[in-house]
Amino acid sequence: MLKITNLQKTFNPGTVNAKTALDGIDLHLKNGDFVTVIGSNGAGKSTLLNAIAGVWKPDFGTIEIDGIDVTQMPEYRRAKFLGRVFQDPMKGTAPDMEIAENLAIAARRGTKRRFVWGVRKEERVRYKKLLATLELGLEDRLSSKVGLLSGGQRQAITLLMATLNRPKLLLLDEHTAALDPKTAPKVLELTDQIVHKNKLTTLMITHNMKDAIAHGNRLIMMHEGRIVVDISGDEKKKLTVEQLLNLFTQASGGAVDDEMVLS
Amino acid sequence: MAFIYALPGAVAEGLIWGLMAIGVYLSYKVLDIADLTVDGSVCTGACVCAVLLARGAPVWLCVIAAFFAGALAGVITGLLHTALGIPSILAGILTQLMLYSVNLYILGGRSLVAINPRASKLLVHMSNNLRSIVAMGIFVTATIIALWLFFYTEIGLTLKSTGDNPDMSRAQSVNVKFSQVLGLAISNGIVALAGSMLAQYKGSANINDGRGAIVIGLAAIFIGLSVSLKIKPNFVVSLIGVVGGGIVYYIVYSFVILLGLKTDYLKMLSAIIVAVFLAVPYLKREYFTRQRELHPNDTNARIGGGENA
Ligand SMILES: Nc1ncnc2c1ncn2[C@@H]1O[C@H](COP(=O)(O)OP(=O)(O)OP(=O)(O)O)[C@@H](O)[C@H]1O
Ligand SMILES: [Mg+2]
Repeated sequence: MLKITNLQKTFNPGTVNAKTALDGIDLHLKNGDFVTVIGSNGAGKSTLLNAIAGVWKPDFGTIEIDGIDVTQMPEYRRAKFLGRVFQDPMKGTAPDMEIAENLAIAARRGTKRRFVWGVRKEERVRYKKLLATLELGLEDRLSSKVGLLSGGQRQAITLLMATLNRPKLLLLDEHTAALDPKTAPKVLELTDQIVHKNKLTTLMITHNMKDAIAHGNRLIMMHEGRIVVDISGDEKKKLTVEQLLNLFTQASGGAVDDEMVLS
Repeated sequence: MAFIYALPGAVAEGLIWGLMAIGVYLSYKVLDIADLTVDGSVCTGACVCAVLLARGAPVWLCVIAAFFAGALAGVITGLLHTALGIPSILAGILTQLMLYSVNLYILGGRSLVAINPRASKLLVHMSNNLRSIVAMGIFVTATIIALWLFFYTEIGLTLKSTGDNPDMSRAQSVNVKFSQVLGLAISNGIVALAGSMLAQYKGSANINDGRGAIVIGLAAIFIGLSVSLKIKPNFVVSLIGVVGGGIVYYIVYSFVILLGLKTDYLKMLSAIIVAVFLAVPYLKREYFTRQRELHPNDTNARIGGGENA
């Protein structure tokens, strides 16, 4: 499904600010894998997802999606294969456009845009049904500007947009981190539903270790641009937060991260 | 009394600048690009029109040719920006400078080419303001309807989303660069079309036509939107507001001229109007609102803080 080989990326090479964000990543995802990604700030998690999405080109290595080498493909063309939800709820939707228009643009992901009606009548019916499944009361607001909605509502719509046109790979970058403690679990549950219903291959970054354990069938931990822990199957099911913290301490060379918080 | 006499002319010319302001609205508001090409493309439209009329071309052909000449200028700016990575504001300035030479070339090295209103059948001319107002009214209405329909098409929607949120657009497989080039082409096409009307109305094309057009366009947009957004914040009402803004601008303009102010000083007035409108939102934000304090709300086990993407 996804095959990443020896991926490397250094930002600002040759300057004092040079930063190797990806240091030889090898990652192989099977069809239907739901992988959670953890790691401390600056570990390179977002950089990995951005590399897959094609925000910029890597310095070295290749990325294959479903047997197609996309390493040199521009971001907008690669988007054909990818559904993406960002950490910032403002980033995934166009605020000045209607909910229906946002969904209609997403429904045409990967197709050539033509000189025909942009939101057809029957689409509106479909969107209404889909929005109803979110249970956020959005089904009667198809013509509302997305900018009027809350962060959680916008993130739920982004999730819908990312999966409207079934993606080969779903990329979620801390997509619940900016939401309040009540909304975040809802959006996460919705994510689970959508992923399972559509059997989507998924990469989900999270800072929440409980979530990382509870969701998906595989967990990887990144540190300084490398994948340092990779657990799947039964081993992952039995994992506890303590064990994960221990693994993290070992991987990061002993010292417990200052920013590590336990509740 | 003199003011009343000047009114029809102000409305006619205001409609021409209102049409131009619709073009500016497309780049500035829809695409979110401050495109300085327009100062040049107004003039290109005027020059193309005057020169073709002088060669005996029918007026409709001159207007269409002006549109495409402007669109081409927009494409150049768009390519400088998207294909060569030049910041959009500089790309516009570069094209504007190129257009000065191009416009001189079109005018055959002269700085002014006159249009003989008796020799060619014109759509608008200052000798007949009523007719000009009707003709411009039809043009403006047709443009608004065409744009209104266009922005409901698949391509139109991607143009809107490109300006509204380029990250989201790319993630939804929108070719943002193409959208920008296309949008700048349409925008400058309309601007040049307005330029061709201006040349007909005044009876000449001058190499200095269009200087400061971007500022007039922005003034019309700000004046118009300050009213229309309060009525209904949708596309058509905004465009009507923008045209209205152009008319108001020209009525004020003729009034100030009647008061005896030299037209040269009016550019100062326009610039101040635009500066004020641009500054107000910033001043409001900066001095009249207090930032809410951030409060920590995380209770879950976390590695790191996760504040940035
Ligand atoms: N566009 C960029 N330009 C320069 N440096 C960058 C850029 N993007 C990321 N980096 C650097 O690369 C490193 C990895 O960043 P990345 O955003 O991938 O971390 P992350 O694991 O997602 O962290 P977080 O949990 O804070 O989101 C960091 O040191 C960061 O400063
Ligand atoms: Mg990140």
